[in-house]
Amino acid sequence: MIGTLLRIAWINLRRDRVAQAMTFALPIMFFSIFATIFGHQGNVTPKIHLPVVDEDRSEYSIRLVKALAAEGALDVQTTRSQNNGDPQGAPLTRADAEGLVKAGTVAVAVVLPKGLGQSPRFFGPSPTSRPTVQILADVSDPIAPQMVGGLLEKVSFTAMPEAMAQEGIAMFEQYGGPLTPAQRESTEHWLTDLAQGRQDAPSAAASPAFGLPTEIVNVLQPHGGGAATISFYAAGTGVMFLLFSCAGAGGALLDEEESGTLGRLLSGRVGMRGILAGKWLYLTLLGIAQLTVMFVWGALVFHLPLVAHLPGFIVMTALTAGAAAAFGLVLATMSRSRQQLAGISTILILAMSAVGGSMFPRFLMSETMQKIGLVTFNAWALDGYLKVFWREAPLTALWPQAAVLLSLTVAFLVASRLFARRWEAL
Amino acid sequence: MTFAGPPLVVRHAEKQFGAVRALAGASFELRRGELLGLLGPNGAGKTTMIKGIAGRTRLDRGEVVLLGRSLGPADPRPEIGVVPQELALYKRLTARENLAAFGRLAGVPASAIRARVDWALEWSDLKERADEPTERFSGGMKRRLNIACSLLHEPSVVLLDEPTVGVDPQSRARIYEMLATLQRTGVSIVLTTHHLEEAEQRCERIVIIDRGIIVSSGTVAELVRSAVGASTHATIALAAPWPDGRAVPAGAEIDESRRTLSAAVTDVGSDLTTLLGRVAASGIRIADVKLAGATLHDVFIALTGRELRE
Repeated sequence: MIGTLLRIAWINLRRDRVAQAMTFALPIMFFSIFATIFGHQGNVTPKIHLPVVDEDRSEYSIRLVKALAAEGALDVQTTRSQNNGDPQGAPLTRADAEGLVKAGTVAVAVVLPKGLGQSPRFFGPSPTSRPTVQILADVSDPIAPQMVGGLLEKVSFTAMPEAMAQEGIAMFEQYGGPLTPAQRESTEHWLTDLAQGRQDAPSAAASPAFGLPTEIVNVLQPHGGGAATISFYAAGTGVMFLLFSCAGAGGALLDEEESGTLGRLLSGRVGMRGILAGKWLYLTLLGIAQLTVMFVWGALVFHLPLVAHLPGFIVMTALTAGAAAAFGLVLATMSRSRQQLAGISTILILAMSAVGGSMFPRFLMSETMQKIGLVTFNAWALDGYLKVFWREAPLTALWPQAAVLLSLTVAFLVASRLFARRWEAL
Repeated sequence: MTFAGPPLVVRHAEKQFGAVRALAGASFELRRGELLGLLGPNGAGKTTMIKGIAGRTRLDRGEVVLLGRSLGPADPRPEIGVVPQELALYKRLTARENLAAFGRLAGVPASAIRARVDWALEWSDLKERADEPTERFSGGMKRRLNIACSLLHEPSVVLLDEPTVGVDPQSRARIYEMLATLQRTGVSIVLTTHHLEEAEQRCERIVIIDRGIIVSSGTVAELVRSAVGASTHATIALAAPWPDGRAVPAGAEIDESRRTLSAAVTDVGSDLTTLLGRVAASGIRIADVKLAGATLHDVFIALTGRELRE
């Protein structure tokens, strides 16, 4: 008896491709996606692209820049055109660096202020009265600024140990009296060895009380803007569920086909174009409502600055909802049944959400995965929302996202029109 | 000016789906105000014919002439109302909302929609349940609403694909009463059905389609005459078995039990009297005599060689 039941279940599974995909292919696909996102990061740490502005131009600051450039984890840029293969171009300015961070081109930049080389870096008065190295940061990436800060501390000690020793001896002489000639001769040898990097020279020990004074500057929300972080989660979650709801609601076409109402509509004055246009408009409005509810909730409960970013929100929400609606129609028209639609949409949407950044921020993924993510709808929508809420970009800055989302909308609508031909007169 | 000729004419309709020839040159016409039954076994081409007329299937060859106008594949057909076999209703919408929606989609002007919906509710006897979601309706109520939804734009030709499938006899009778009221207003109706008795009783004319061609058409009497002849079938039950070796009366057949004689009689008055006289002369008592005329079912079997549901 049980054997018969097992046989029936096995035959059902063997003949149900959607069930097979959901049971076997989907877990494998997700495992692969997450293994690719996270697994490779352990082996090949992505380099941090770091613009460095040297306002000091002292021997110390030049050596510091060289030491930073020698760090394997950093890809240092010091000139405006360096990314275009011109290392001899005009040096970066603070404004250039801020612009790069604000535009989202980089997550962090370093400014070595004027007077850094002349002032005590390791000992002396409190850091507030000394020139401070500024780390201009997009704090939506919580890792890069901290990593750059740590590396700055490291190279300030390891790249110029003799500088720290010299400062220490000068400080000693200031408060403890001058060194004897013998002491001075001995320390001169030691400082020379340190400068030449001899292995047996005593290493300078780092201490929280000493070191290069650094400060992380949030250039995107200078007056604080922690609530804007919520926008990332609102957009990520919102876009993923928008896709699910559009796919589900688009499936009404399949219900209508099954019940015969689609045939009845097609027998009347409404052609397939009219039906698809009506469905797309409805799904777009539904999507706008869904995203609006999500962001209003974020504003009410989590202090998301919605009102301050209303124009950008409206543009991105309309574009995102329109593209998601068209995507839902493609899924519905390409599916043969509700069950097939459920299977295909679950697989596609979860995969797109994982790669496109709805589940895990793309800026924390490897560069390769970030590039792969750009083939997804989610990535462009999320980038647009981040520009609005995080980078406080003007509406004109949304043109790449707008162009891509509009193009996707048109492509999806054309595809759904072609798929829907099977329902028309044969 | 109203068109005086037959409202719908189909000429040499052909349609091939892959290797299957659904229509192979079928032709028929629908007369003004008549209820025409389109009958045929499953796969005979009935639904393809309905879809071809409605423009839901593109005919490979042939012509559909609606109110004197030859229709191209994409031409609009506002004079046609199509009632699909499926219950093509929005189940969460009320009867009134369904009617209003399909009325608007069929092009009924906003100013007229309310009056048309009220008419449809009255006509389909659903006025009392007008504001309930249709998912709560019985099968018969859904069928009636399904038909009404196709009539909001006042079509002059109505095509019904199995309009009584899956409903009880009372509901079927109610549906045919509704169709009769439509006919009285001059609407011409084509319906497909599996209920031969109903078609025999309700339809003025019958068109029988098989393997994509029209094998016969006409009134039931005409079909019977042409397909199985005008004879009446006589069955004579005997009180005792017909003796072995004795010849049965000419034109009669005896069954295996040798207790039942049957014969086709053209003239009941003379032929039957002669037959009964010969049986009586054999000395065997006659227990019962039954007479039956040929039915649409006999015609159908004779023409198609198949039962309707095969």
